[in-house]
Amino acid sequence: MSRLRAFGRFWWNFVVGDDWLVAAVVGAGLGLTGLLTAVGVDAWWLLPLVVALALATSLVRATRGTTQQS
Amino acid sequence: MTGTILLGLGAFLASAVEAVEALTIVLGVGVVRGWRSTLIGVGAALLVLALTIAVLGPALGRIPIDGLRLVVGALLLVFGLQWLRKAILRASGYKALHDEDEAFREERERAALAGAEERGGLDWYSFTVAFKGVLLEGLEVVFIVIAFGAAQGRFDVAIAGAALAVVLVAVVGVLVRKPLERVPENTIKFTVGVMLTSFGCFWAAEGAGVAWPEDELSLLGVVAFVLALSYGLVRLLRRQRVAALTAGAGA
Repeated sequence: MSRLRAFGRFWWNFVVGDDWLVAAVVGAGLGLTGLLTAVGVDAWWLLPLVVALALATSLVRATRGTTQQS
Repeated sequence: MTGTILLGLGAFLASAVEAVEALTIVLGVGVVRGWRSTLIGVGAALLVLALTIAVLGPALGRIPIDGLRLVVGALLLVFGLQWLRKAILRASGYKALHDEDEAFREERERAALAGAEERGGLDWYSFTVAFKGVLLEGLEVVFIVIAFGAAQGRFDVAIAGAALAVVLVAVVGVLVRKPLERVPENTIKFTVGVMLTSFGCFWAAEGAGVAWPEDELSLLGVVAFVLALSYGLVRLLRRQRVAALTAGAGA
């Protein structure tokens, strides 16, 4: 059981990393891009905006109330 | 053409970072505990990696390209954003710079403190640490090659970029026999983060059905956008940190 958990933890860390919000925002952005494309809008501009939003939000969360992390 | 060059460069840089990390572990253990078991561990890990590639490679050819682009692009995007996030935090002073020399010293101390346990004529510590280090970093290289190669349909370029990086790092490692502390690791990680994020953004959007204006040329625009965004965030965070430190000193 602990090996299974370690295996799961390895893949979680490998794919999702330090901030799950980044993966969640990217997933939501891709879903929205797919939806817009399906209704005929060529939303090529959306994902770069999602990248900016995900990165900025994650950095604000990481630096809030600190001057040096480690 | 532009896409092919960027693809080769991306695979090269990303693989070089992983190879440097693996090399640091192998050298740290090898220098202290001896080379025989360490190198057998490296060989065993390379064998497992070769088998993984042999099993995964042909299966990828049967997956529809749009679905593959979406999954690989999304993974690359999340992966790239992780790298970029850490590199920006380091460049702006919020996170300590990753020091390969320090990592080498730590690995060497750990190796010296570990007890001697022999199994099948092997120093078990050297074997397992070298095996795990090379396997984990190697798996990341395999992932990078599969992701870059499959999404663009150019495995040859991705494999060439990764192989060149691994060989180059290994040759330098053999020549200097100490970690590559002179490699500006955060600069490489920053560049790799920009490349992975840009490729991920481009392919994932294509996989979701987007038609980029001017097709592959848009990739250059995405790279420029991610680069400018990251550079801007570094400057902003540096200023924010200095302001916080000044306010803290004044209080």
